[in-house]
Amino acid sequence: MLEIKNLHARIAESGVEIIRGLNLTVKAGEVAAIMGPNGSGKSTLSYILAGRPDYEVTEGEILYNGESILEMDPAERAAAGIFLAFQYPMEIPGVATMEFLKVAMNAQRKARGEEPLKIPELIKRVKEEAGLLSMDMAMLKRPLNVGFSGGEKKRAEILQMKLLQPNLCVLDETDSGLDIDALKIVSDGVNALRSPDRAIVVITHYQRLLEHIVPDSVHVLYKGQVIKSGDKSLAFELEENGYAGIIEEAA
Amino acid sequence: MNMHATPQRTAAETALIDAFGERLSLLPGDGEVMVKRDDAIEALKAGLPTKRIESWHYTDLRRLLTSVPAHDGAVQAKAIAPLLEGSTVLSALNGATAGKLPSIEGVTVQSLAEKLTDGSFAPALDPYGFDDAIGALNTAFVADGYFVDIADGTEPETPLELQNVQAGGQTHMRFPVRVGTGAKATIVERQTGEGAALVSSVSQLVLGDDAEVLWLIVQEQPDTATHLAQFKAKLGKNSKLTLFLMNAGGKLVRQEIIVDAAGEGAVFTLRGINLLAGDTHTDVTMVLDHSVPHTSSTEVIRNVVTGKARGVFQGRINVAQYAQKTDAKMACNTLLLSDDGEFSAKPELEIFADDVQCGHGATVTEIDHNHLFYLMARGIDEKTARGLLVKAFVAEVIEELEVEPVVEALEALLDGWFQTHG
Repeated sequence: MLEIKNLHARIAESGVEIIRGLNLTVKAGEVAAIMGPNGSGKSTLSYILAGRPDYEVTEGEILYNGESILEMDPAERAAAGIFLAFQYPMEIPGVATMEFLKVAMNAQRKARGEEPLKIPELIKRVKEEAGLLSMDMAMLKRPLNVGFSGGEKKRAEILQMKLLQPNLCVLDETDSGLDIDALKIVSDGVNALRSPDRAIVVITHYQRLLEHIVPDSVHVLYKGQVIKSGDKSLAFELEENGYAGIIEEAA
Repeated sequence: MNMHATPQRTAAETALIDAFGERLSLLPGDGEVMVKRDDAIEALKAGLPTKRIESWHYTDLRRLLTSVPAHDGAVQAKAIAPLLEGSTVLSALNGATAGKLPSIEGVTVQSLAEKLTDGSFAPALDPYGFDDAIGALNTAFVADGYFVDIADGTEPETPLELQNVQAGGQTHMRFPVRVGTGAKATIVERQTGEGAALVSSVSQLVLGDDAEVLWLIVQEQPDTATHLAQFKAKLGKNSKLTLFLMNAGGKLVRQEIIVDAAGEGAVFTLRGINLLAGDTHTDVTMVLDHSVPHTSSTEVIRNVVTGKARGVFQGRINVAQYAQKTDAKMACNTLLLSDDGEFSAKPELEIFADDVQCGHGATVTEIDHNHLFYLMARGIDEKTARGLLVKAFVAEVIEELEVEPVVEALEALLDGWFQTHG
């Protein structure tokens, strides 16, 4: 589903290269974990997949279902089924959460040639999913993410993901800022989306999240490259020995 | 007003002076009122204010007011549906009060023409300080309006809507409102019409002790009209005034807001939205006096500038030496969406007391690209996402009003504006 080949990318403004020849393949049905120390390029990779204009791809290719997405803007990528759960979801004052959900869901439906959702149907679906994430409907009456705690923001991201039903889910440090109960709720939400036609990329610094969302593959990112790939046991190894050993081994 | 000699009158100045000669005998008023009118036209004869007058620096009225239409009594204006459902509507159509006066318990409504004719309104026609061009213009020509008195302790069940609907020509109206001790009311002021009119409108609010008023000014003149307006208020002890202003039209607009927080414990809140498009000029000028101790105020102005529109906000806060413990905060934020548009913000704090909290800030920004990315990352195309963010920028100020029917009605106006200008 996702093929990244020899990707090089830099920060558009400063020209600093962050991704330096990254290769990664994630198949449909697979849950891939991307781990790595701070500054290894994990978040940058997630932004590049979503099409953030602050980064420039200088070399290489990103194929999604066999087709390049590099020329697509963020909205087109989202409509094609790519979803990024942000590490730091944006607070947007003045945009009501419900209104945002309606516009987003219907924009994607429109892009796929489907009829817009009617308000009662929309509210029903939002209620259902919010309930599963133990989110209070009163929260959704507030402006988007405004005044939400760190944990509430993460839940709101997962709520959006479940409502939008993307094909490729990229979760950027979804575990940061979550207590153990919230971590369980959020993980259950992600696990509910596991399906043979969907790929999930979980970016995390710690192994903790991977106890709840068990990955099929684990990839270690360092200095903008995948330096080691393995199965879930690689995550345990990292937890035990830290990144130093693997980095040395790769050097 | 303009102390410099003006060697030659502009076409607009000549037209105003000629119009006064023609209209005077038809305007209501006793001897005293006529003297005030005469003083006012004398002030205008000295010339309309230019940019050399400090308070008119960004709105050179003499240069901007290029023509003045003649009074046209034959055209008809139609009352409009009220902003808030169920409101008691007082319509002024093409410069005259129309329809039967409502009878509401505790509320006295009179036509202003009546109060001019019997002279009882004469003292209230005094100009505000120097350079009061709008006051002078209005005093010279005011033909009618509504005088509203809300008795002590009264809380009218329905909002009151004052409609000033022009149909071209000239319209000069006044809306004096007295709200008695402990009374509570919602008042909507609509300024609209369809003609290339010259409109002057003055609202005068006297707020009794412990009174509470939400006053909404909605200005939606066509882009052919000149709209010169004044809102003056005097706040009693522990009274609360929330003034909401929305400018969403007009070719040349100046809205002055002159507030005297004259009673201890008075709270003044100003929230304003300027939606500016086309080749237009809109000026909001506020002068707020904190005259006594323990008064507070906050002012937030949000502007959206598109096309070749020019906007101005001048906010002057005077804190008297005796007015200790004043708390005043002012902000003016502009979203500039066009390279040809401009906005000038001039906050001024003049503080003579030493134990106060006063602050101001002005920003001019473009759309936050992080916000834009977030919305687009959820599949919302760029144009829609930008629209959402622009609307959000101003809607925030509306949501603060917290009264649901008011918020809904104003957001509907906002949607309407964005549909036409987005």
